[in-house]
Amino acid sequence: MSLKRKTRELIKRREKVISGGGEKAIKKQVAMGKLTARDRIRSLLDKDSFHEYDLFVEHEARDFDMEKKVLHGDGVIIGTGTIYGAPVCIYAQDFTVAGGSLGLMHARKITKIMDHALKMRVPLIGINDSGGARIQEGVNSLAGYGEIFFRNTLSSGVIPQLSVILGPCAGGAVYSPALTDFVFVVENISKMFITGPSVIKTVLGEEISMEDLGGARVHSEITGNAHFYSLTEHECFEQIKKLITFIPWNNTQKAKAFPPKKPKSEFKIDDIVPSDPKQPYDVRDVIRAIVDDSDFFEIQELFAANIVIGFGRLDGDTVGFVANQPKVLAGVLDCDSSDKAARFVRYCDAFNIPIVVFEDMPGYLPGVDQEHAGVIRHGAKVLYAFSEANVPKITVILRKAYGGGYIAMNSRHLRADFVFAWPSAEIAVMGPEGAANIIFRKEISGAEDPEEMRKLKVKEYKEKFANPYVAAAKGYIDSVIDPEETRNMLVHAIKVSANKIDNRPAKKHGIPPF
Amino acid sequence: METEKKNKSLTIEGSKYLTHYTKKFKNRNQWVNPDERIIKAVLPGSIYKLSVKEGQKIKKGNTLFVYEAMKMRNHYIAPISGVIKKINVKEGQVFKKGEVLLEFE
Repeated sequence: MSLKRKTRELIKRREKVISGGGEKAIKKQVAMGKLTARDRIRSLLDKDSFHEYDLFVEHEARDFDMEKKVLHGDGVIIGTGTIYGAPVCIYAQDFTVAGGSLGLMHARKITKIMDHALKMRVPLIGINDSGGARIQEGVNSLAGYGEIFFRNTLSSGVIPQLSVILGPCAGGAVYSPALTDFVFVVENISKMFITGPSVIKTVLGEEISMEDLGGARVHSEITGNAHFYSLTEHECFEQIKKLITFIPWNNTQKAKAFPPKKPKSEFKIDDIVPSDPKQPYDVRDVIRAIVDDSDFFEIQELFAANIVIGFGRLDGDTVGFVANQPKVLAGVLDCDSSDKAARFVRYCDAFNIPIVVFEDMPGYLPGVDQEHAGVIRHGAKVLYAFSEANVPKITVILRKAYGGGYIAMNSRHLRADFVFAWPSAEIAVMGPEGAANIIFRKEISGAEDPEEMRKLKVKEYKEKFANPYVAAAKGYIDSVIDPEETRNMLVHAIKVSANKIDNRPAKKHGIPPF
Repeated sequence: METEKKNKSLTIEGSKYLTHYTKKFKNRNQWVNPDERIIKAVLPGSIYKLSVKEGQKIKKGNTLFVYEAMKMRNHYIAPISGVIKKINVKEGQVFKKGEVLLEFE
């Protein structure tokens, strides 16, 4: 056989495998409003940058007549490519081949590309679209999942790991995305749960649709399992591409710097925050008034909206923002918002991204449900994450910084590098009303007109303590600044912190309140 | 973020703030003091055997009934001593989570 003939045979073999589960299965996939695994990779990566490996892998299952079944690529595609020139490793489960079910070889392909990503120190993207374990392969499929989870954990904090849920992802399979940094979901397409609606109905008698149980919206808004929500696969791919521009390839590098841009003029920092601390506003407008090109890339927009997290750039450099959101639940810390903020702080710390905190919060959310849900242990995560982080950390106190919240939101005491406060800042042990009620209890109850006296004492307390100057006098705040100066102060603070070294005692690892 | 257009208020340490609620906050479980005299199903299941009758005097720790749930057969132990006021289920009957099965006087 001449080389040409052999090459022709190769092309023929390739074509056969690339057809995946065949025309019928592909039609079905498209009818569900989904792209095929190969189209997904093509849409996501730079044009012609994708190179596939393990195309000719075959399964070795011999039970239940599996030896007669040909499963092209064993239901998963792996390879390397680039996104805006950044190298990535990628795998995509192919639902058209045996429902994308995970058998031994399928898992081996995934772990091969995971090992490669870790070794080469490049981001890993996993596109999940699978019915779950391949039951015919028994414990081998379980072994496969275990090997994936182990590698997710090894890679955590070393390379960025992104999970894209573009189909069902049920049972044990959900734990790989849960171990990764960012989870992307798409309305009507993504489904994630441990036990499905049919089992829940048989065992518990509770009837619920797949969408209401574990659809995209549920995981974006209620559970917090997902970080990015979109309406179409294409929108989802745009989000992934944008995220890749904000983060470094691995934990030894910094995110790529972009040409600096001024914020857009329509965001006027002076006009956003009302001086009355009880009036709401959207803190994202403050971020937009400060970041380059007013481009703020929000993460977990729908979940625990009382805290805002996301990336923006200051003078070209990526910064992670954490901000209380007075517009939602007055910006309190609660179980969910604590989890959301703490995890993001740890992400930024792991990947050398400076953190900027905008603080305006009245305290913790009161309620039996919160106490019983463990707001103590959840709230502790915020303290842990900020204390542990040794990337540059800067806090700007916009208005309220009361009590435990003041400490938790990256205070000087948790080793913030710079703490700035606007003139509207109120740094106090608690809100004026609560404080006056306790300190002046006797005066108020003994007064002829207790209500009038209470008002008087609240006013007195406000004038004396509800300002930034008491904390500034003690050096807990480095500078009281004009809101207009905020961007310049932050840009400068980050520039001078670029070579920060703040080593912590050597340890195997801490015991964070998980 | 499921928020309403109109501002709501939230009181933290005596201060009332104007803000919006999240869907999760609106749907949170309201705390109710538990009433030991009312026996509610914590899981869905079925009654395998009733061990008591209405009007019967029961000591704390006695079996009230045997039920099947999650493929397991369990004894339901009386949490208090008292007289059975009402039994809402029969042997073999299937019950849902939260259903009131039995009441003490």
